[in-house]
Amino acid sequence: MNFDPNSSFLYLVAVAVILFILAQSLFFLIRAYKRGKEIGMDVKKLRKTITSSAIFTVAPAVSILLGVLTLSKFLGLPLPWIRLSVIGAITYELPAATSTASALGVSISETITSPTVYSAIVWVMTLGILPSTILVPVLLKRIQGGLISIKSKDSKWGDLLISAMFMGMISAFMGMVFSNIRKGLPGWIPIFVMLFSAVLMAVCGLLINVFKIKWLKDYALPICMIGAMIFAIIITPAIS
Amino acid sequence: MVSKSYDDKTHYYGKVWIWTAVLVFILVPVSACVYYNAWPPFISVLKGLLGVAPIFWTVGAIEVITFTPMLGTAGSYLAFVTGNLTNLKVPCAINAMEINEVKSGTEEGEVVSTIAVATSSIVTTLIIAVGTLLLGTLTPVLNSPVLKPAFDNILPALFGALGVVYISKNWKLAATPMLFMIILFISAPSLAGSVGILVPVGAVISILMARLLYKNKMI
Repeated sequence: MNFDPNSSFLYLVAVAVILFILAQSLFFLIRAYKRGKEIGMDVKKLRKTITSSAIFTVAPAVSILLGVLTLSKFLGLPLPWIRLSVIGAITYELPAATSTASALGVSISETITSPTVYSAIVWVMTLGILPSTILVPVLLKRIQGGLISIKSKDSKWGDLLISAMFMGMISAFMGMVFSNIRKGLPGWIPIFVMLFSAVLMAVCGLLINVFKIKWLKDYALPICMIGAMIFAIIITPAIS
Repeated sequence: MVSKSYDDKTHYYGKVWIWTAVLVFILVPVSACVYYNAWPPFISVLKGLLGVAPIFWTVGAIEVITFTPMLGTAGSYLAFVTGNLTNLKVPCAINAMEINEVKSGTEEGEVVSTIAVATSSIVTTLIIAVGTLLLGTLTPVLNSPVLKPAFDNILPALFGALGVVYISKNWKLAATPMLFMIILFISAPSLAGSVGILVPVGAVISILMARLLYKNKMI
């Protein structure tokens, strides 16, 4: 059988996976919304959470779409569409595809024509990231049990522990922004963008807390992100 | 704490969905192999896996331990199926809890975090789907050199705004891991490719500092 990484069959597989993801997300969304109402949470707040989360998601999602584009040159569209809609990210899928292609002696600069190479890559992409999905049902209750026991002994320390974990993530990503500064002024662009985003957030904080512009609270993060991305478009040509 | 019956049901539904998801994930390569009658040699899959599995299996395990306390029960079952945790789902959940002034691990936190992760998953899936279908029209726009700096800088744009909120609240907690990471990445820029492994390193430093400051009543 002739192999086409953009075949109707592979598109059908992609649509099936996407429908599954949407069904799972809708199931938990509706369940949480109902639960929120049951325990007396403000419906307006629940709706605002939906709106603000949706708006926040737009820019990162478009960036994920760019990853689909990058991979599609080699793998066709359906596979990157599947892979980047489920667990995984461009930072994982690209090394997985490259590693398998090089093991098979194939270049990743041209579209795949061999179904065997294709299926090998799909297996590696799938198996290489599966443990994080499998470990959640195995470990989640134990992790939560540990946290509950810490919180019951000392609730302030329990809250501090979660803040500290999040700070660990923030510090790693903020530190990464500094990785190119030895390349001269263009290497500073991500730092300028990060600082601009931070200043925008400080201004938003001022508008919310001092000038009581409460609606801004729900949209501050996406506004700062998109503002900083526009700032990157402006300063990059000027600096480079 | 979250009431037992609701939380137990969440675990039950979460497990059903996540194991079904594992099956769906595996059915993708199986269906390609069966349809094209092209089962790859075991050794080539193994060689390919050897290139990525040691790192990504480790990162995956660490991500489960680090992120599940922030995401809550349903949020974890969902986020570890729909992916893009650090650049999307975790900041989205944390931001939503911050806006609503609720804490993770509480009933309200569980509701807010689940709504945030689910909405984010739906919007991401729809944007990728629409983008994929309209690719012919969108490719020139998305690949335009004018927009490239914006997408190259999406993480600094996200973590600048997110960072200033948390650092200003917990600057004593933030100072040591931040300084450590900045020095580390300036000294070894190639580590930028393995930032996932450094998240738990940052978390451990941050937890140790938190413990030290807490014991000495400095926070």
